Amino acid sequence: MIDRSLIGHRFEPLSVDVEKGRLRAFAKATGATDQTYTDENAARAAGYAALPAPPTFLFSLDLERDDPFYFIDLMKIDLARVLHAEQHFTYGTPICAGDTITLTTAVEDIYDKKAGAMEFVILKTSAANQNGQDVGSMTRTLVVRHPQ
Amino acid sequence: MTALPRYEDVQPGDTLPPLTTKPISRTTLALFAGASGDQNPIHIDIDFAKQAGMPDVFAHGMLGMAYLGRLLTGWVPQTAIREFSTRFVAITQIHAVITCSGKVVEKLPDNQIKLKIQAADQHGDVKLTGQAIITLS
Repeated sequence: MIDRSLIGHRFEPLSVDVEKGRLRAFAKATGATDQTYTDENAARAAGYAALPAPPTFLFSLDLERDDPFYFIDLMKIDLARVLHAEQHFTYGTPICAGDTITLTTAVEDIYDKKAGAMEFVILKTSAANQNGQDVGSMTRTLVVRHPQ
Repeated sequence: MTALPRYEDVQPGDTLPPLTTKPISRTTLALFAGASGDQNPIHIDIDFAKQAGMPDVFAHGMLGMAYLGRLLTGWVPQTAIREFSTRFVAITQIHAVITCSGKVVEKLPDNQIKLKIQAADQHGDVKLTGQAIITLS
């Protein structure tokens, strides 16, 4: 069982730079054909200051830690037993190349189902840019399977 | 750049232009692991996957969600998206060809609409389901 006293735990905030090359690599890896995500002129024509981060990129920014599996270690979970169950995003000011984004993540809930065979961990991350503007949030639900 | 549909022109039942991907290869997963930062070995290391009891590596859930993101931004500019959520209902196997589809299910106040979206493989097996809230003009 994961220690329930971790509910409400806030992780050290992370500040991360949004790199243009990384955004292009993400666009390529996801088969993007919309030039808004790869061509700076197209991005500016679409009203962005620079290449915009696509809708799920906040998730990637949170992985820019020395240990991308930071919560797994704290919770003493076996990575091989973790599945990503749900993911939710809200949006604010667009995230663009050149921004520095500060992410703050907290453990929103931990609970179990099926007599403890599955544990659920809910992590909520809020994010702001270098000007203090809200750039959105994300909530992820992870499932830890405990075969019995 | 994508033009924004008008609220009065959109009705429940309207469908989004579907998006079909190329087959998901091991290279796709390696590139996505690097670009997304999601380096969980279960997606790129067959030895690790087998040790974890899986027959093979499988796609990152967030790759499927990124495809659904492309479905949305292929229909409206990204700044129109207010909320976007998915459930990862089944593992996406290597070599899958994913088709993303969506439809308008509800008109909300303040020019907002709710979409139901999903990603399914070439056999019609649903891999991700979700919804999005969009602000139209």
